[in-house]
Amino acid sequence: MKQVLETPAGLPPAKRASWLMADAGMADVLKKGLIYAALSIGAITMLIPFYWMVITSLKTPAEAVAMPPVWMPDVLQFGNYGTALEAAPFGQYFLNSVLVTVVSTVGELLTTILAAFAFAKMKFYGKSLLFTVLIATMMVPGELLIIPNFVTLSNLGLINTYAALIIPYLASVLSVFILHQNFTSVPDELYYAAKVDGCSDFRFLWSVMVPLSKSAIVAITILKVIGSWNSFMWPLIVTNDRMLRTLPVGLQAFTTEAGTKYELLMAASTLVVLPMIILYLFLQKYIIMGISRSGLKG
Amino acid sequence: MIQNPTLKSTMKAWLYILPMMLIIFTFNLYPIVKSFAMSFYTDYNFYDDVVLAYGLGNFTTILQDSDFYLAIKNTFIFVLGVVPISIALSLGIALLLNQIKFLSGFFRTVYFLPFVTSTVAISLVWNWLYHRNYGLMNYFLGWFGIEPIHWITDPDYSMLALVIMAVWKGLGFNIILFLVGLNNIDETYYKAAKVDGATGFNRFWNITLPLLGPTLFLVSVLGVINSFKVFDEVYALFQAKPGPAKSTLTIVYYLYEKFYTEYQYGIAAAAGVVLFVIILAVTLIQFAYNKKFVHY
Repeated sequence: MKQVLETPAGLPPAKRASWLMADAGMADVLKKGLIYAALSIGAITMLIPFYWMVITSLKTPAEAVAMPPVWMPDVLQFGNYGTALEAAPFGQYFLNSVLVTVVSTVGELLTTILAAFAFAKMKFYGKSLLFTVLIATMMVPGELLIIPNFVTLSNLGLINTYAALIIPYLASVLSVFILHQNFTSVPDELYYAAKVDGCSDFRFLWSVMVPLSKSAIVAITILKVIGSWNSFMWPLIVTNDRMLRTLPVGLQAFTTEAGTKYELLMAASTLVVLPMIILYLFLQKYIIMGISRSGLKG
Repeated sequence: MIQNPTLKSTMKAWLYILPMMLIIFTFNLYPIVKSFAMSFYTDYNFYDDVVLAYGLGNFTTILQDSDFYLAIKNTFIFVLGVVPISIALSLGIALLLNQIKFLSGFFRTVYFLPFVTSTVAISLVWNWLYHRNYGLMNYFLGWFGIEPIHWITDPDYSMLALVIMAVWKGLGFNIILFLVGLNNIDETYYKAAKVDGATGFNRFWNITLPLLGPTLFLVSVLGVINSFKVFDEVYALFQAKPGPAKSTLTIVYYLYEKFYTEYQYGIAAAAGVVLFVIILAVTLIQFAYNKKFVHY
């Protein structure tokens, strides 16, 4: 993560730190202490909702509504997870979310890599016009597209199918844009040299461009996975069938089914949140890189 | 080598962009045109996609609908609440993070955590934190002698509840962008300022803030655009209702209700068009302001 954030313009972190500590004295120690105190208070505020979610999910119903609150239950009720899984078809919801996320991510990667390569390295008529039009579409709020897309899919007879959850998300202008930036930075000489050696465009793309842009591809993949996993409004609208619900839609429906059983609700919420947190903890440098790129250049 | 496009190279390139274009055209480009058209459908049978009458009826309807004005008002209150608070907090945190080495990675991880989580799941957690009898929020406030607040059911507090949660969820995203911006500032400015005897506040006000201009601009534009589209948070925090007494009815929630529960496609599309125009106008104002006050 360090390397990603330290852009070439800045000094390496070690140098900056030594500069900051040049006139270290009591005042500086005090200042550092205050900084750490402020950041810690902030961090605790950020973490409390997560702690409360997990710990509530491990309480008995009586402990969940006890006042003053129980910070650590005597016995951790892992059985709540089993009860929640039985109370609603979360297993099915989970499989649906995995299916939709995996297929739309793989599909988007394929369409994105091919298109970004064409825009970055190939010469063709209409290129700049098309690219401008695509960039302009990013300005339009996605919510506006929901109504005509719903009509399109219902005309195709695809409402209440996995296809409705997946097909509209098989391509993304933002991803093409990010990858295009990366592909452009690969020297043209490399491309022309490969051509001279008789390497086809297709082979060059997969054996040179893609490996060279690995981190950008990982970044757009993870951002896509997170977005797809957490997506709510579209799956809510195009599925009525309980068995087609994704996790967020199923979880929302569960609130009416579970009523006031907060320990079960929190167990279900934990199941929805946990996979993305694990993914984030392992791959956070790519996520942060993806955000810095899409944010700063988009 | 090949400097100009040829028919052959064009055909080939189009083959590469075809899969992406098929999806983008069908689900991004065409619907943009279509939704603008739909906002003028005053009599529409969506089962057969047949339009029986056109007109401005949808726009006159929403402009006479007090709910729509309420939705616009609520959305503006939400944006004006979330964006400045979030920017101030995240800039402050980024400045602090930038001054430490030990544990800075850990703090960054923690602050960013809410961003990767499902809005629906985390809104349910906040719904629980806001519970009037058993919620942690009221418990903490109780330490300061504050009477329990009905966060979720009192129209006077529901918007505040929504804003607090949204700031919490979006903070990490802004912090990341500010950290990138801070790292792009050349250290020699600070060294020179220090030689000249500038105080910490002076350095912040005269170096950091102006040089952070482009980042500040980006964060505020992205924040405004995203906040105008708020929906998931409202739906999940208030259990599939637009808050008590419609106190958190937003423009997208209005669009959703017209479209999904009332089957008023034309009216919903008109509301979407108004949302688009508002976002466009606000973004253009921000760009104009940026041009005038931010120097690169």
